[in-house]
Amino acid sequence: MTRTALLARLAALGAAVALAGCSSAVKLDEPAPVENRTGSGAAGAGGPGGPAEGGAAGGVRPGGTTPGSERPVQQVTVDPSKDPMNDPSNPLSRRSIYFDFDSFTIRDEFRPVVEAHAKFLVSNKARRIVVQGNTDERGSREYNLALGQKRAEAVRRALNALGVADAQIEAISFGEEKPKALGGDETAMAENRRADIVYQ
Amino acid sequence: MNFLWALLATVLVLLSPPGAAQMRIDVTGVGATQLPIAIAGFATEGRVPQDVAAVIRSDLARSGAFRVIDPQQTLSETAAVDFTGLKGRGADSVVAGSVARLADGRYDVRYRLYDTVRQQPIAGESLVAPEADLRLAGHRIADAIFERLTGEKGIFSTRVAYVTKEATRFRLNVADWDGENVQSPLVSPEPIISPAWSPDGTRLAYVSFEQRKPVVYVHVLATGQRTAVANFRGSNSAPAWSPDGRTLAVALTLNGLSQIYLINAADGANARRLTTSNAIDTEPAFSPDGRHLYFTSDRGGAPQVYRIPVAGGDATRITFGSGYNTSPRVSPDGRTLAFLTRRDGRYFVALKDLAGGAETVLTDGGREEAPSFAPNGRWVMYTTQAAGRDVLMASSTDGRVRQRLSSSLGDIREPAWGPFAK
Repeated sequence: MTRTALLARLAALGAAVALAGCSSAVKLDEPAPVENRTGSGAAGAGGPGGPAEGGAAGGVRPGGTTPGSERPVQQVTVDPSKDPMNDPSNPLSRRSIYFDFDSFTIRDEFRPVVEAHAKFLVSNKARRIVVQGNTDERGSREYNLALGQKRAEAVRRALNALGVADAQIEAISFGEEKPKALGGDETAMAENRRADIVYQ
Repeated sequence: MNFLWALLATVLVLLSPPGAAQMRIDVTGVGATQLPIAIAGFATEGRVPQDVAAVIRSDLARSGAFRVIDPQQTLSETAAVDFTGLKGRGADSVVAGSVARLADGRYDVRYRLYDTVRQQPIAGESLVAPEADLRLAGHRIADAIFERLTGEKGIFSTRVAYVTKEATRFRLNVADWDGENVQSPLVSPEPIISPAWSPDGTRLAYVSFEQRKPVVYVHVLATGQRTAVANFRGSNSAPAWSPDGRTLAVALTLNGLSQIYLINAADGANARRLTTSNAIDTEPAFSPDGRHLYFTSDRGGAPQVYRIPVAGGDATRITFGSGYNTSPRVSPDGRTLAFLTRRDGRYFVALKDLAGGAETVLTDGGREEAPSFAPNGRWVMYTTQAAGRDVLMASSTDGRVRQRLSSSLGDIREPAWGPFAK
């Protein structure tokens, strides 16, 4: 990282902190969004950012300069929502693929998600992901572990078919052991029938 | 059968080992035949911190095979016995004994079992135990009495492994069969499932998620030494010991879906694939002779139990009575299969006579999981839910007696009944 870029990022951080400090529009009783992981980079299962989508591409805009300065400094403000991994309009921000009961087929609505990650991984060969399969809580824990693997494997195969190298993907299962939603009702169980793409 | 449950006998035992979660055991039902036995208080010499006779009474009562009479008297194994009086109170046999503190701080525990009809001793023994093993001495005496009077080996000195979850802390525990003497060989912020005892009772294999994925470990209980024996790419799970303790069957995902492999139990080396399907194969369990593996597979479209020769060959389907049959466990005599079955959307433990008998549902909770046979084959332990918590149940294989083990603090699940003590 160059000195300029470092300064720019520090300035941007300052701006972001100031903005966060002013913000008072968050309602405490508002339910947290479940599917849409649009928060800051630390939230959600996937580690966003990384060398490829940093820099000036989209997420960064140039600020003003001081007129007449002999050592000009260009301010840059980072907007995390413009990071392709977190931009809600970008399919890369969606890293969960949901499945129907007793099903291991990727539903059509999640095809764009898989295709976006495949495209990203094909053009970023150094990036690696773990696909974590999950199930609801009914029945045998070990059989559920195998069912979660079947979901992760469905996503792995789809990415593979779209050109992602084997070495970039590990499919594993949490079975019913790490539920995202608690409670035995159908809403919670549907939330847990899921595969997550997690960037390493 | 259910009317038999209606509190013909209820024994409540409150146990609170210091520093551990309070465990509660409820027993319901009685055996088909109950042998009436009087167990006197044991005579004591010196400071004796454990009521050994009470341990024997509790064990035999909870077995469902005995009607325990407390004669409210102390009787040493050398004292004269009032056979007529005890016979008059219904006792066919009587236990007398003593506990004496020795000069080295250990205890000499003696008992004698009498037949009140023949009016003579039919068994007796002397055991020397350190203070920490006084309960175990009681369990061993209960085992000897049980075997002498029923002809079957007792399970009172066996141990059970299980997993507890309290908030976000997982513990692998080992306890005596009655929930006492709890020790925790592993504590982790990540899930632990599928504990399995080595045949000699010295090691546990299990699946831990501490590396953010399922990995199979073998854990030496006495030293705490742990070896990740299956940590391949993908998921590693479902360890099962071969009867000679040298081999583990595990489920690996090296080729996509779960398939069953054999690995060396000591170091995980020499992985060789045993099943070859385009479906899920998991939950292996060795037959007691080590020649077959029972396992769960959805190769037919829905999960069923199959059997395959360990030497290789075709798989044979074993279960048929439902569209969901998983978690096979074979009884120690190789004759009965315990498994999890789904009926009308609810989950029960079922038994099948492997000589070709019908599949019969053993339990009635509807939220069951994880059956595990006692080493004498008389009991199946499993998980169910009560008041929103996972609890352990043990049901006699004839369905007449049930015990529930619950904790005040959290979920108890994934039971694995250990082998007979050597």
